[in-house]
Amino acid sequence: MPWSWLARSRGWRANFDTERSKSNAALLLMMVPGLVVLFVFAYLPMFGIIIAFKDFRAYQGVLGSRWVGLQNFYYLFGTDDARRIVVNTLGMNALFIAAVLVAALGIALLLREVQSSNRWFAKFYQSTLFFPYLFSYVIINYFVFALLDTSNGLVNHTITALGGQPVSWYQSPQYWPVILTLITVWKNAGFWSIVYLAGMIAINPEYYEAATLDGASKWRQIWRITLPLLKPLIIINVLLSIGRIFYADFGLFYQVTRNAPELYPTTDVIDTYVYRTLTTIGDVGMASAAGTFQAVVGFTLVLFSNWFVRRTERQSAIF
Amino acid sequence: MSLGRLAIHACLLGLSVLFLLPLILLVSASLSSEGDISRYGFSLVPRTPTLAAYQYVLQDPGLILTAYAVTITVTLIGTFAGVMIMAMLAYPLSRPDFSWRGPLSFIVFFTLLFSGGLVPLYILVTHYLQIQDTLWSLILPYLVMPWYVFLLRAYFSSLPRELIDAAKVDGAGEWRIFFQVVVPLSRPGLATVALFCALTYWNDWYLALLFINIPALVPLQYLLYQISTNIQTLQTSSQAFGVVVPALSAQMAIAVLAIGPITLAFLAVQRHFISGITLGGVKGD
Repeated sequence: MPWSWLARSRGWRANFDTERSKSNAALLLMMVPGLVVLFVFAYLPMFGIIIAFKDFRAYQGVLGSRWVGLQNFYYLFGTDDARRIVVNTLGMNALFIAAVLVAALGIALLLREVQSSNRWFAKFYQSTLFFPYLFSYVIINYFVFALLDTSNGLVNHTITALGGQPVSWYQSPQYWPVILTLITVWKNAGFWSIVYLAGMIAINPEYYEAATLDGASKWRQIWRITLPLLKPLIIINVLLSIGRIFYADFGLFYQVTRNAPELYPTTDVIDTYVYRTLTTIGDVGMASAAGTFQAVVGFTLVLFSNWFVRRTERQSAIF
Repeated sequence: MSLGRLAIHACLLGLSVLFLLPLILLVSASLSSEGDISRYGFSLVPRTPTLAAYQYVLQDPGLILTAYAVTITVTLIGTFAGVMIMAMLAYPLSRPDFSWRGPLSFIVFFTLLFSGGLVPLYILVTHYLQIQDTLWSLILPYLVMPWYVFLLRAYFSSLPRELIDAAKVDGAGEWRIFFQVVVPLSRPGLATVALFCALTYWNDWYLALLFINIPALVPLQYLLYQISTNIQTLQTSSQAFGVVVPALSAQMAIAVLAIGPITLAFLAVQRHFISGITLGGVKGD
């Protein structure tokens, strides 16, 4: 570099440094509002997990309340609730992850086939299947109510019209793992199929041309080309979901079940338990113990799933 | 068209209809008479179409109009401020020459991995900040969403470096570069994040469930929640006693009134939504 001697000379260096630190300061200043919001609404609550180790009294504040060690956790794990909410949260989320993945990949594969020849149709299907993603769980509760209401619901009317016995859906917990899985697929499959379709479109068409020349069937091409090449994308999405497997979708479990106590055996999850214990029962200790347990186990799961991916598929790891 | 392709179309068409079914059911229920619903249940086509439910709901629209006003205010302020603040947070993190890029990225990223949960947030908002029953409690907690910060960072990183360097040579400061070069060039990325932020605020009932106790600040989704748990919410004092509430159809009518705007908005911007997802899904990692 002919100019490097210049950069090495003292005056230039100093000038460059002040320039850079001025630039650094300006960029840092730009970040201040966002960092303040994160500090208040993400980091302060993180320190708030000490509430789980205290006998919290509102008038004493978080710092002033008495330390009680693990007492809140003893109470929490002394109840039957603890096992139930952990099993429900993990079980339902595992169902959701698998079902949404299979449905989204299936839809994406179908869309891929019509994508190039019938653009208009492909767009139409894509928009329609994505549409449910826009609805809040409050609205979805209305949909599900119109379908499942015992006396007026469409499902029961269809059952009786076909000569069957109506079912009290909102009092029958055994059906809800399936019902909630269907709703989750309905709401999210469109979204994820768009992600996977984009991944499929990015695959070099020459692979398929070569495979067709070799006489490979469509089915074989899917298994041998499409899915293997999508693997990194699938892994990262499943990994992210597993990292969040200890967190349930509060809206789904609270709104769509209409918070019916009869359904708790299968639908009470950590998040609904924490909410109910905090607001209805007012037991801050138990609620914060459950919340802290969730945060710590959740964090461990993220680290673990990332470690797992680093070992197997290094380039897909998040960090 | 080959037989195989026809079968694929049939599959996708059937799935599309199935996906729209709940919506059709809701609209049909809102147009049915109360008597038909209690006699025949909710059906996909109204037997005797009537606007009675809408007339009932709209004869005293104060409740809905207030809820709409709250939701629109929160959505506009939250989206605008959120996108602005997140872009300003993301841009420095996209600059390789920014000295504190590493540690500050980690500070943002860590909030994705670990969170204190509901109890500390609840105590923070109600006990320390004391912003319950204000619009702030509906806006501030969602202002910075780390996912979108990383999406924006990826977007800013893809901009040609030469443009920023050229602006620097011309003597522009960092703020000027950001607002006059980076922001105008990043419109598609910013628009995508704005869409998803707007959707989050528009659909939110959770913050209201936690923090709002006064009727004047009830947003649309929370009003719908209140109606679904207690239909009497609809019955205001101005109505005479003895008026029969068309409870079932009126509930559905108010739900239709709530999803109407978002459906129309979606039809207008669906292209951006769908391209935005791929932006987030493929680039965001």
